[in-house]
Amino acid sequence: MSKKVKNLSEDNLSRLNRIHPATNVAFNIMLAILALICFTPIIFIFIISITDNNVIKQQGYQFFVTAETFSSAAYEYLWSQRATILQALWVSVYVTVLGTAIGVMLTAVMGYVLSRTEHKLNNFLTILIFIPMVFGGGMAATYVVNSQILHLADTMWVLILPLAVSSFNIVISRTFFRTTIPDSIIESARIDGASQWTIFFKIVIPISKPVLATIGLFLAFGYWNDWFQAKLYISRDELRSLQSMLNQIQSSMDYLTKNPTALLGDSAALRNAMPAESARMAIAFIVAVPIACIYPFFQKYFISGLTVGAVKG
Amino acid sequence: MAETKPAKKAPQKLASKTLKLTSKGKVKWTRDDTELTILALPTTVWFILFVYLPMFGIIIAFKDYTLTAGKGFLGSLMDSPWVGFKNFKYFFGLRDFPMVLRNTILYNLVFIVLDIVLPVGLAMIINNLYSKKLSKTYQTLMFMPHFMSWVVVSYFVYAFLVTDKGLLNAIIRACGGKNIGWYTTGKYWPYILIFMHIWKTLGYNMVVYLASITGIDSSLYEAAVLDGANKVQQARYVTLPSLKPIIIMMFILAVGHIFSSDFGLFYQVSQGANQPLTSWVATLDVKTFLMLTSPSVTLGQTSAASMFQAVVGCITILSANAIVRKFDKSSALI
Repeated sequence: MSKKVKNLSEDNLSRLNRIHPATNVAFNIMLAILALICFTPIIFIFIISITDNNVIKQQGYQFFVTAETFSSAAYEYLWSQRATILQALWVSVYVTVLGTAIGVMLTAVMGYVLSRTEHKLNNFLTILIFIPMVFGGGMAATYVVNSQILHLADTMWVLILPLAVSSFNIVISRTFFRTTIPDSIIESARIDGASQWTIFFKIVIPISKPVLATIGLFLAFGYWNDWFQAKLYISRDELRSLQSMLNQIQSSMDYLTKNPTALLGDSAALRNAMPAESARMAIAFIVAVPIACIYPFFQKYFISGLTVGAVKG
Repeated sequence: MAETKPAKKAPQKLASKTLKLTSKGKVKWTRDDTELTILALPTTVWFILFVYLPMFGIIIAFKDYTLTAGKGFLGSLMDSPWVGFKNFKYFFGLRDFPMVLRNTILYNLVFIVLDIVLPVGLAMIINNLYSKKLSKTYQTLMFMPHFMSWVVVSYFVYAFLVTDKGLLNAIIRACGGKNIGWYTTGKYWPYILIFMHIWKTLGYNMVVYLASITGIDSSLYEAAVLDGANKVQQARYVTLPSLKPIIIMMFILAVGHIFSSDFGLFYQVSQGANQPLTSWVATLDVKTFLMLTSPSVTLGQTSAASMFQAVVGCITILSANAIVRKFDKSSALI
């Protein structure tokens, strides 16, 4: 037996080392169900969003929609509210683009400086980066600093700056620079009299696109999905991002069901927050769908970012 | 400048370490150092403003702090009296405190176990599928929840759970049962939250472990096959031992974060962690947030809660790190 196996090519060996076909089918079914559970909710809210409101009122949320129960009223409603939604979309895009750009820049610069071990302040800066990994001021002190010392509350900057840098991202970029960029390149540039920023912008940045893309994606998804900053610091409606608007709708619905008399107030936010059932789900759907469409293309960068981060220098 | 450089550079890397040792304290500050320092300046300023200032801000936990109009932070801080540990006494004396602490730790313990067992098991399963194409499809679909914000997820959950219209109650009614008020019955929430946590993180964690599994040397499996090992034995004697370092590292890091929690999960999915769910869903983070947004709680009292969490969190992370260091130095955080 063993002689026979030895003669098999590696390919045949892996064929031999397969799970039983019946097991394979069982595993496939199990994973298909899991995948379905992960993906169904987004389809479900889409179906709710195209269901007629009267049907929802009478029969609750339905998982199936027929020609009789179909209604595009929710999307027509959203279209009539497009000024508000486009404003929120604009805030989301603005914060994501600007925040990602600032964050990648600040992260890469620090990662590069930390990767230069001959720098006299290397130890000091390393400590500066590592302390936040184990200790932080906490929610309350951060709130006081952002709103009372830096006066960032109710500005666009509070959505951008506090999220721009993380020690984890800096460590990822430092590891990348240290392991990928040959010292000889930097040395020869220095012999040619290049300054450190010339080296950084002309040599390091161009050959570091993979890690910058990974960090950029981490940041971009973080900014796009952020609702917490707005919840804590933003009260002006024109500064609400899509996520924040969604969150606002949810909390004001909650508020209204608990305090029915509050309906008397006629602030714009509250009126916008009172769409019918299907319209609520339509908003959730249009917030979720861009990400659901684009993440498959970026998935591999998230995994590679994680593996790079795991290998620290 | 160009002339002095090659002289300093020639011994390069090897020498740079000995240089530090031999002429301690006398190493010359070069132009490179200045330039690198300037490059690092913006990020350093960011760290001071957004990380170190809040650490300093913790002192309001020891003060009866109120912002006086027109005085700014420092003026108000000077004016507010020291109160010693009064704010901490308030926080520890809260009826909620033991419950919040219990929730945080218990939820985390469950997550720590499930976050290892389920993704590792699934990664081993998905790695054995015949069709690589199907395997990729499952991975991509299961990765989706990772990219959804908790706000969006809370809408998903709402569509299933809301009492009169939700799908779950419709199913229960169809089976002859009665409506369950999910959002008003606390006892179901541990299961709901654990399910949602797994739902959101399973695909991602699975892919992480899968990356480690594909990195295992295939000759190990060949040798196992030649020794007559079946699939279960291969998993037991090859895959699991190879994953052991990363599993232990993830475990210890998770233990280090046992006092913190994913705020969005506990706050958004439960639609604001309001009564009567609070005692089932509030963790330290949620409690701090509720204190911060409540007008009747002072900033000093909230800071005490924040600081308690920061300090115990720091202790657990450092101890976890010390253990990792003992076990495997290269995996240690610091």
